[in-house]
Amino acid sequence: MAGTDSVAISSKRHGATDERIARTGWLTRLLRRPEAGAASGLIATIVIFALLPGAGALYSLQGSMTFLTLSAELGIIATAAALLIIAGEFDLSVGSMIGFAGIVIGLTVRYLDFPLWGGILSAFATAVVVGYFNGLIVVRTRLPSFIVTLASLFILRGLSIAVTRAVTGRTQIPYILDEIPDPGTAKLFNGEVFTGFFHWMGEMGWIATRSDGTPLVGGVPMSIVWWIGVTAVASYILTQTRFGNWIYASGGDADVARNVGVPVSRVKIILFIGTACAATLLATIQVTEAGSADTLRGLLKEFEAIIAAVIGGVLLTGGYGTVIGAMFGALIFGLVQMGIFFTGIDTDWFKVFLGIVILVAVLVNNYIRAKALGERTAR
Amino acid sequence: MIAPAMALRGVTKRFGSVIALRDVDIEVRPGEVHCLLGDNGAGKSTLIKILSGVFRPTAGEILIDGGPVVFRNPRDAQERGIATVFQDLGMIPLMSISRNFFLGREPLKGIFPFRRFDKDQANTVARAAMADIGIDVRDPTQAVGTLSGGERQSVAIARAIHFGAKVLILDEPTSALGVHQAAMVLKFVIEARLRGLAVIFISHNIHHAYPVGDVFTLLNRGQNQGTYRKSEISREEVMQIMSGGEDLRSLEAEIEGLLSAIAEKESTQPAATA
Repeated sequence: MAGTDSVAISSKRHGATDERIARTGWLTRLLRRPEAGAASGLIATIVIFALLPGAGALYSLQGSMTFLTLSAELGIIATAAALLIIAGEFDLSVGSMIGFAGIVIGLTVRYLDFPLWGGILSAFATAVVVGYFNGLIVVRTRLPSFIVTLASLFILRGLSIAVTRAVTGRTQIPYILDEIPDPGTAKLFNGEVFTGFFHWMGEMGWIATRSDGTPLVGGVPMSIVWWIGVTAVASYILTQTRFGNWIYASGGDADVARNVGVPVSRVKIILFIGTACAATLLATIQVTEAGSADTLRGLLKEFEAIIAAVIGGVLLTGGYGTVIGAMFGALIFGLVQMGIFFTGIDTDWFKVFLGIVILVAVLVNNYIRAKALGERTAR
Repeated sequence: MIAPAMALRGVTKRFGSVIALRDVDIEVRPGEVHCLLGDNGAGKSTLIKILSGVFRPTAGEILIDGGPVVFRNPRDAQERGIATVFQDLGMIPLMSISRNFFLGREPLKGIFPFRRFDKDQANTVARAAMADIGIDVRDPTQAVGTLSGGERQSVAIARAIHFGAKVLILDEPTSALGVHQAAMVLKFVIEARLRGLAVIFISHNIHHAYPVGDVFTLLNRGQNQGTYRKSEISREEVMQIMSGGEDLRSLEAEIEGLLSAIAEKESTQPAATA
């Protein structure tokens, strides 16, 4: 048997094998996983760009680190978005929340003389409130989250611009990191890890260095570390915990879940807080890297997050998908964005490509879901 | 006679001016299959929703082990040992058998913050609980959506038994099933009865209900038309009462009249159809 049999319940008390059930091999099992489409898509994308001109630059250490950073920034919000979509809801206010959180950090640090950690904590507190209200309105009114968070999208963006202009007279807040009492806090978000290792590799002549001997890529950016951390925690929650079971159930069938005692409303509200906090984490990374906040930060990021999750095999209707899939989705997204740049193709084509990828991803998802159900519901 | 596990006394349910149920009395005893039979619109669905805590009766009371109770919601009824298997089965198709089996009652292991869903335990117990009543599950991680209707029904029954239900309510468990699968579900109904559960079996199909039933309550137009033990009533008599007796005979006569009129017409005008 070796675990390769498929289903089944047989009506016999000590059932012999049911002759109608075909054996499924490990490959079929692997292909039935939600992230299978994204994994093969990622491999295909890597191969295609390896064959195109500019592959050398794209896959150099510097090029890789650039697209990984892009993937990481998207991946942080895509992970939270994936959990929420699996629970059956959307958050369109993620992009605006990125801008808003940046402004909260900027204003508190520059105009209220908060230390940086105080500004960051204020931003996260704001995110909890925003996420809580998004979630509360959705579960109380039973309106589609699409509409509720579309409202939040405009409210948050409008607030960012209006408040910033009222306080500063401009729409950007520069020099946030100047003269802060705790520059070490910034390093948690804009620093690099393994710098010693990279320096050593530079000395050994294994990686490219500047004329002064320091490596071009000084280490792994913190954004990538945060991405890996967020992905690991979210994946653990989704697959290993009771709360994860409730996430799937809330998106699979909220009424059924409620009837067996799953606190569906609480699950959804917590995940709305999750997306707002992920947006705030990304905002913190961006603010500390740029040293400034901009009211237009995060524009359209909510769609990119949803796209990455969907490319990763998360079902738009909820109840199905994985965090690892969203990670693959973010990787594809970052790779294609940088790949098109390095191959010399006009980057205007990126969006055309993106649209096609979304369509293909959704079709593949439907197919895989049908496979997962043994095509019983697809007919 | 054994005391009833659950009883309804004079239960009436009104929706605005519509009286869905009028003064219904029912008693279900442990180790007994009580069939609620009735045609469409007889009030079966309303009754099941009152029994399972979805609706509250407009008048009358619900008794459990002789004491009156009020269910605030389905969860409340469940906690008092009333397990209802609705037609949607309370299962989520995209989730695995064992995840569905333990949904809302997940076994945990480890200590905070690493307390997690004990999947191995869930798989083992789900498989064992089902084997216990004679369902052989080879892969409890398989999505419920891949199971047939009868298999899903069986998993839902196994879950109710495993979590210690005293009263098992089955809403039309065989209505969408073929002969073989229906027989399989009926076997599990008997299994539940043997374990001393009080089973309420709702159906409009006398051929499925009669073989497994001990007691039959016939509903028509929201009223109890009588409760009979199996020894007191034959299958044909049940059918007569269910369909309203007279109505069916007059309907048959009407159809026969119609058919003979058509036959007569065809024989007098053979050329018209050629």
